Amino acid sequence: MTSSIAATSNETGFIRRLLRSPSGLIGASGVLLIFAIALLAPLIAPYDPILQETANRLAPPGALHLLGTDAFGRDILSRLIYGARPTMALLLFVILIMAPLGITIGVFAGYFGGYIESILMRLTDIVMSFPRLLLAFAFVAIIGPGLINGALALALTSWPAYARQARVETTALRRSDYLAAAEMVGIRGIRLLWGHVLPLVLPSAIIRLALDMSGMILAAAGLGFLGLGVRPPTAEWGTMVAGGTEVIFDQWWVAAAPGFAILIASLAFNLLADGLRDVMDPRND
Amino acid sequence: MPQKQGLSLGENVDSRQLRGRRELRLVWRLASWLTSMAITLLGLAVVTFAMTRLAPLDPALQLVGDHASASTYAAARVELGLDQPLPVQFVRYLQAALSGNLGQSIATGQPIVKDIARTFPATIELATVAIILGAFLGVSLGILAAVKPGSWVDGLIRLVALIGYSVPIFWLGLLMLLLFYAKLRWAPGPGRLDVVFQYTIPSRTGFALIDTWLSGKAGAFRDAIAHLALPATVLAFYSLAGISRLTRSLILAEMGQEYALTASAKGAAIHRVIFVHILPNIAGALITVIALSYASLLEGAVLTETVFAWPGIGRYLTVAMFAGDMPAILGGTLVVGASFVILNTLTDLLVSKSKPGDRL
Repeated sequence: MTSSIAATSNETGFIRRLLRSPSGLIGASGVLLIFAIALLAPLIAPYDPILQETANRLAPPGALHLLGTDAFGRDILSRLIYGARPTMALLLFVILIMAPLGITIGVFAGYFGGYIESILMRLTDIVMSFPRLLLAFAFVAIIGPGLINGALALALTSWPAYARQARVETTALRRSDYLAAAEMVGIRGIRLLWGHVLPLVLPSAIIRLALDMSGMILAAAGLGFLGLGVRPPTAEWGTMVAGGTEVIFDQWWVAAAPGFAILIASLAFNLLADGLRDVMDPRND
Repeated sequence: MPQKQGLSLGENVDSRQLRGRRELRLVWRLASWLTSMAITLLGLAVVTFAMTRLAPLDPALQLVGDHASASTYAAARVELGLDQPLPVQFVRYLQAALSGNLGQSIATGQPIVKDIARTFPATIELATVAIILGAFLGVSLGILAAVKPGSWVDGLIRLVALIGYSVPIFWLGLLMLLLFYAKLRWAPGPGRLDVVFQYTIPSRTGFALIDTWLSGKAGAFRDAIAHLALPATVLAFYSLAGISRLTRSLILAEMGQEYALTASAKGAAIHRVIFVHILPNIAGALITVIALSYASLLEGAVLTETVFAWPGIGRYLTVAMFAGDMPAILGGTLVVGASFVILNTLTDLLVSKSKPGDRL
């Protein structure tokens, strides 16, 4: 009982300390803001993101279209707002595939040890030294573009870091009194791993996720830029940059605006990660 | 230093026996390194092979076309070995790849190995110039930031690094082209050489800098540098971000160590402490991060080369992706991926060798 109370007060303290660091505060608010924009896109966007005003193509930023229009006469601001959706959805998909996969492999390796551990960790090492971005691009190019395929490709090449971390922590736990006590009262197998090991491995995995997300945003944008993202006419930031490439010398804002959105989103996650690092490791500052 | 003491003790006991053991250890490490690299490369081959089987495209159908008769189709399947069980197909795939046969590109009609030999030097040239620039600037900025942590210099460098790894590199490249090529007219246009030189300079090595140098035409050499400057700077900025940050945190971590504190306490200036005492100790970690950064420049070529119309393997891959040229995509991925893996594992080996404790 006391330990769980201590844990909760620790957690609120953790969040308070995170928000006290400037980068943590800016990053956390930025991330929340982007998720809010993605969720509330239909309420915020001034126009329908796929509505084409053919008479008003490539309009410069002005009162009617705050960020101008693209080559199809679509409002860029509305497309930016809607563009947050596929990116955030992809992040969620990646998290949902990558974290369970990595953590499961790591916990199994750490808990069972022996041959299982050697084989699983060997596999982890192999995948870890793969060129992640390149394989993800090739995978999507071959399987076909789309949100799920992109998320799958990124998740399947990025789980090893989670496996390694989970294994180290599980190995440390294996010899603990805590697990010995649980086993003594008859908790074994999957129930033990699920109820007693997983909750202790999860926090560091969550922090790791925050650190990884900015790279994922850039990778997702890269997929879109190469034409491997969501299918047109759905608004997506990387695809929008690619669309603006053809007119970069004359109507530069068409490519500049979505790229800036990518920069801001990835910056927000990086700042959040910085804040987390500051809180966890005071030596950094 | 404690290591030195250990060494002299060892020499006293029996230096010959020690040297023998040292050689044995070196051989053992080399062998385990080669094995782990071979296993990783094999894994990479499995992945690319699996992708060919996962693809919705039927290579036999692609070869004979939609209107072919069933018997022609079946013959094509046999010819491509698609009637064999998967393990057999994989072994054949591996044999072909090892003997330098990655198949034919559907788009260019050339053997893929030939295409890659033509395009890869351009990628290596760009990435190498970029990493030299990025490593030099990154380490310098990292040192500068670590001299006075918390100062405005440190803050500025942190900000630069933060932007460096948050920015989508293809977008930054576009903006730089817009600014330095279209607006300011400082940089030449996309590509590696002006049209004037493109066909008059004999391609001996595939590296534009070396070829133009060998040609003896100063104008051509300058032109090659001018074309390289913008893309190399953009890539250098990207690698600078990670390198400067790591240099800073490594130095700061070492500064708290007793040996650095002792040196400071004895009156050594901070520059001396950093350059003489700390840098040798963090060299291994720095080499690792620089090599990783170099490897990621190679794989990131897919994104950057498209923007600068740089005729390297990245652009080759992008073009293949748009054309649905599956053999080219997989062949290119395998070659770039293998270079990535070799570079990574080679770094492991180098770094474990440069650890002071292992240098005995």
